[in-house]
Amino acid sequence: MRPALRLAKNYGTVLAFVLLCVLVGLACQCRVMKGQWEENVFFTPENFMLILYQISINGILAIGMTFVVISGGIDLSVGSVLAFAGMLAASFSTSSTTVTPWSGTYTLAVPILFALAGGVVCGAFNGWVVSRFRIQPFIATLGMLLAARGATMALTGGNPISSLDARLRWLGTGRIWNVPVPIVIFVIVFAVAWVILNRTVLGRYVYAVGGNERSARTSGIKTGQIKIWVYVISGLLAGVAGIILTAKTGSGQTNAGSSYELDAIAAAVIGGTSLSGGVGRLSGTLFGALIMGVMNNGLDILGVESYYQLIIKGALILTAVIIDPSRKAADS
Amino acid sequence: MGQAPLLSIRGIKKSFSGVQALLDGSLDLHRGDIHALCGGNGAGKSTLLNILMGFIKPDQGEIFIDGKEVRFTNAREALHAGIAIVQQELSGVPHLTVAENILLGAEPSRYGFVDFRQLNEQAERLLQSLGFDLDPTATMDTLGIASQQLVEIAKALSHRNADILIFDEPSSALGEEDAGRLFEAMRDLASSGKSIIFVTHRIAEIFAIASTYTVLKDGARVQSGKISDITPERLIEVMVGGDVEGEFIKDNTPGSAPLLEVHGLTRAPRFADVSFTLHEGEVLGIYGLVGSGRTEVLDTIYGLCRGDSGTVSVRERPLKGGSPSEALDAGVAYLTEDRKRSGLVPRASVGDNLSLSVLWRIQRWGFIRFPEERSRVDKAVGMMRIKTPTTSEQVQNLSGGNQQKVVLGRCVLTEPKVLLLDEPTRGVDVGTKRELYRFISSFARAGGAVVIVSSEMEEVMGVSDRVLVLRKGRLASVLSREEATRKQIMMAAV
Repeated sequence: MRPALRLAKNYGTVLAFVLLCVLVGLACQCRVMKGQWEENVFFTPENFMLILYQISINGILAIGMTFVVISGGIDLSVGSVLAFAGMLAASFSTSSTTVTPWSGTYTLAVPILFALAGGVVCGAFNGWVVSRFRIQPFIATLGMLLAARGATMALTGGNPISSLDARLRWLGTGRIWNVPVPIVIFVIVFAVAWVILNRTVLGRYVYAVGGNERSARTSGIKTGQIKIWVYVISGLLAGVAGIILTAKTGSGQTNAGSSYELDAIAAAVIGGTSLSGGVGRLSGTLFGALIMGVMNNGLDILGVESYYQLIIKGALILTAVIIDPSRKAADS
Repeated sequence: MGQAPLLSIRGIKKSFSGVQALLDGSLDLHRGDIHALCGGNGAGKSTLLNILMGFIKPDQGEIFIDGKEVRFTNAREALHAGIAIVQQELSGVPHLTVAENILLGAEPSRYGFVDFRQLNEQAERLLQSLGFDLDPTATMDTLGIASQQLVEIAKALSHRNADILIFDEPSSALGEEDAGRLFEAMRDLASSGKSIIFVTHRIAEIFAIASTYTVLKDGARVQSGKISDITPERLIEVMVGGDVEGEFIKDNTPGSAPLLEVHGLTRAPRFADVSFTLHEGEVLGIYGLVGSGRTEVLDTIYGLCRGDSGTVSVRERPLKGGSPSEALDAGVAYLTEDRKRSGLVPRASVGDNLSLSVLWRIQRWGFIRFPEERSRVDKAVGMMRIKTPTTSEQVQNLSGGNQQKVVLGRCVLTEPKVLLLDEPTRGVDVGTKRELYRFISSFARAGGAVVIVSSEMEEVMGVSDRVLVLRKGRLASVLSREEATRKQIMMAAV
């Protein structure tokens, strides 16, 4: 392989990210030179912090999605599970005591534990259905997408939960050493997930199951258990994301996180994770999420209308997959 | 051979990521020849054929057909110029029928709809003319590997205008009977004026049907000529580049302590009531025709499938069954028949493939102990003599023989007492075969025991202390090494 190609293969997503930043930056600089703006609002530390803040939820979902996709599956339910977990968290941390029988203000650990447990249970169910009944992950998690959304509405009879406790809201709006809490959580999740995927037996098994399930089984790997694990991880992270979103918006909403699963899949795919399984990296997913964040942020700053933003996003995803060098290498 | 060759390949050079795969790929093929292309794994045979078929581009060199220079950039152009290939790897579409697979891309149609009656008729006619006993309406995934291979061959031959046919190890998955039928078909094709390039690792087959040969070694042509001018021993010497002694190596002696006991093992409708005892230091051969249930027996012992009844005990401890990890824990390792489908994780590295079965033993709190993994991987690479640039190379980039060594290396790293080997030398060159035989023998001598399934009768006879013959899922005969002659085995098998 030529050095240039190898570079592109390993750092393609990073290069694309840098290129995108430069393009958006130049577009902003033009406006400054034309005198329309006083300064380049894109290239500021505050704006990059904002981008990280904006992508933290999608980033956390995309990390879970990367595990699932590497294992050869897909998890369409993360958006709904996020809403379910977020609503659970809200119900244990609100001053309006009538929305559910148990509603009230508890110490912070309670809403967090219930939200995470809700995510884990949904994920475990997904994994159980996929491995026990050999249902295609697309279908199994499509079922959960509907069921978890329904459960979210059933919790409160379709009503939102507001008047959240300040301690919970701090998770979405507070700062630690001047860094927003969601970014801190995102960084911790990324680090732990990276260690699991790259340093543990479980991580290696995830790659093996996605790379060739029959070979993994012949090698003595309990493939069913591994599949349950990846969906549990995805569900757990949907729970984390649900807490953050609820805390950020200050309320539990029944329609929270709709279609977030698609952004999570997009981040993983732009980052080079192969939907056929066995291939992918968390660093790729991180930059995939960053690319989507810079797009949203940059196009907003430049005042591009949201219709065109969607078109550009769609084109970006297709381009990323088409030019992905690792995909071509696999075909030849 | 006065006339000019139909196909002439001259001085092809090709390198991959700096590794020279071909230095001087050359070959001459005359009309009506069956030309054996010989060489060990990594000699450059596959690369040469892939270039001929237009799958990959050569760095240098020329190809002439009928004296005219050609250069194919894709398989369609090669096909158009009259070259068709029977792939070594099965490439059938599993959910389509035999007929649909054979005529894939050339379906007879009426008003844009596929004419299924004509499709089946055409396929049927072709299969009959080849003497293949296959139902054109059966779907591919219901067929065994051997039958799938026959479909593959029929597919290549359906291109009527093909003058040059390439058979890349067509017989490696076939039993003797099917292989015999295939060779007959090849002879008919040659006598009707087609030219055939034939790649095989079985020396006996070369002498049975080829008329000319070319030997490649380390990417270059070292010798070519007529088969009638060379002996099998000499041909092997040219291929490996030195003298060779007998083909098989055997210096183990069976002991008396039972390692593996199988009692009344049954899985309907594949096999029933299979019982045998495998002793320490013993190599047990299992022979059976395609469909005799030989692979299924191994699958069930290892736990890839669950049996209906019967018991499997390892060192007098019964297995619950249905779990490969349980079998591995008990000291049983399994090399499956199809390394692509159930052996390798193709896009993972050589190292990751080797350590996969022992990861749980070299972990602490779920974390892989990397120095420990490193040393095991290096040990396996050294012991199995795996040729790879580094252990982080993707395993799919290795040659077939080296891939096989990787899968076997993974088995060996689990330190098994019992090795189940299903067609271990399939698609493996002569040199590597000898290494595998040496390994099997020394494994048994060190106190292990081996069950080896093979469709090559010589191999079963050469390596086994006892031969177990299966017929239609039943134990037909158990023969001692002395009793196990070709005739005895064949009589029991059919």
